[in-house]
Amino acid sequence: MSAVSTEPTVETGGKRRISRLERRAIAAQGKISSPWASFAAIVIAVLWTIPTFGLLITSFRPEADIVGSGWWTWFADPNVTLDNYDTVLNGSSTAFSTYFVNSIVITLPAVVIPISIALLAAYAFAWIPFRGRGLLFIAVFTLQIVPIQVTLIPLLRTYVSLGIDGTFWTVWLSHSIFALPLAIFLLHNFMKDIPASLVEAARVDGAGHVRIFFSVMFPLLVPAIASFGIFQFLWVWNDLLVGLTFGNSQNVAPLTVRVAELAGTRGTEWHLLSSGAFIALVVPLVVFLALQRYFVRGLLAGSVKG
Amino acid sequence: MLVAIALFVVVMGLVLLLVERAKRLPSWAVAAAFLLPTVAMILFGLVWPAIDTIRASFYDRNGQNFVGADNYVQAFTQNEFQIVLRNTAVWVVVVPIVATFIGLVYAVLVDRTRFEKFAKTLVFLPMAISMVGASIIWRFVYEYRPVLENVPAEFQPAQIGLMNQLLVWLGLEPQQFLLSPPLNSFFLIVVMIWIQAGFAMTVLSAAIKAIPDDIVEAARLDGLGGLRMFRFITVPSIRPALVVVVTTIAMGTLKVFDIVRTMTGGNFETSVVANEFYRQSFVQRNTGMGAALAVILFVLVIPIVAYNVRQLRRAEEIR
Repeated sequence: MSAVSTEPTVETGGKRRISRLERRAIAAQGKISSPWASFAAIVIAVLWTIPTFGLLITSFRPEADIVGSGWWTWFADPNVTLDNYDTVLNGSSTAFSTYFVNSIVITLPAVVIPISIALLAAYAFAWIPFRGRGLLFIAVFTLQIVPIQVTLIPLLRTYVSLGIDGTFWTVWLSHSIFALPLAIFLLHNFMKDIPASLVEAARVDGAGHVRIFFSVMFPLLVPAIASFGIFQFLWVWNDLLVGLTFGNSQNVAPLTVRVAELAGTRGTEWHLLSSGAFIALVVPLVVFLALQRYFVRGLLAGSVKG
Repeated sequence: MLVAIALFVVVMGLVLLLVERAKRLPSWAVAAAFLLPTVAMILFGLVWPAIDTIRASFYDRNGQNFVGADNYVQAFTQNEFQIVLRNTAVWVVVVPIVATFIGLVYAVLVDRTRFEKFAKTLVFLPMAISMVGASIIWRFVYEYRPVLENVPAEFQPAQIGLMNQLLVWLGLEPQQFLLSPPLNSFFLIVVMIWIQAGFAMTVLSAAIKAIPDDIVEAARLDGLGGLRMFRFITVPSIRPALVVVVTTIAMGTLKVFDIVRTMTGGNFETSVVANEFYRQSFVQRNTGMGAALAVILFVLVIPIVAYNVRQLRRAEEIR
């Protein structure tokens, strides 16, 4: 985000800024009005939209129509039904509503827990001086490179020996652990940017670390927490690997696992697959569209700011 | 779920309260309290399992007998695994380059146009979709209906996948896109590019907007426009962002297995290391081989991350 805001602003007076923006807009128009450029942009936009759009239309077509003709014929012959969604959600062989609830149950703690733990750790790394701080921080940061795959089987074995395999606990715990290095790293960067004078002032007033953390840091960190929260939410909701490994039973499995199963066993029943896919898509899509601003901010903080 | 969250909140609250109460604690003790949950979880869930997996990769399929580097030798010499490694290499080269290129071009094209926000959302949207969802969306695009023999064209079953219908409209034979190697791997790669281009576009777009106005204006006064502006001003100015995007996508691509698993199950010579790891570990029950593949994945990620970090450092020094 800092990258965007470095654009020269105000100071020299409002008038000049407007004229400069206008000039840029004119220049941009000149550029984009090249027919090839606009054509390329439209082609990309269409290629990126049509596949999803086609499946969305399919999910509302009656089964016989889906098998008999392509979704593009729907515009000439618009038959709409909710049967596919009904079958997928409530049918005993698909039971998507159960998995939908599972996904929610998995996702919320798997977002809240790592963020709170990471906040504590990030605070310690940023504002509590102790020996070996730099080294430990680098160690945590470096652990980002451990691919989840490397940890799965030993973890599974531990869960079995603890007798908690096949419960939500394993899924929550695993998602939380895997999120920690990145969460700590990002939140730490944000905390470091908070002016030390603020913290000093609170300290002079006699506030301990816990008070400083809650009354000084926390309010300033809300945007950062929001962006990482959305990230983690989408990541957990969309995850397949962890769900498959630790929650591979109807009681615990998330939607993605179910959709993937359906693709394997009923790969040609498009009335089930299309509506099933959209049930799995709807929550992340809504979250994404509503909170896109924060999501983008998190993206830019994570990759550009580093 | 609520119980879990509540329990968690209570425990955290207790820790914090204790820290706050004991006023005269030395700072290392406070730090320890703040860091304890993190360190414990990371040791339990990342460090120890990683070490254990590295150990397991030197043992046989049941984890009983020490076999030295046999699993690795197998992974690099057996035909089956060589295909997997080759595919992984293709993925990790093609996806980042093409996705970044498309993202960059699109970011430049829609920059400061009237539809910028809407146009960006369209391309960014696949990022929100799970890889499983994306795979199903694209499987439908590739869907194939068998061509009946000795049946005239107008009585052939309708193609319901868009790609095959396009082929038919062009007067060509419909194809089984996902069944014939080596092209089928590229049709899977398309899905990953489709997902990642939005990420590239967003980051690069921010970088483009951060290029100082005077540079752009000076270049324009010098008569630079269109493609040459792109080549000589835009691309060099956003170089650090480009590196980050390419390496980030490369890392993500290495670890991806959802797409391969959902679209072809890794059959028809489309498997990649991350998918083969899952197959060996949980389907074939070959623990040693699975562990070895996980370690290979690990080793492949390291140089990319190292490069990424070095570039970031350098970019910061310049700034």
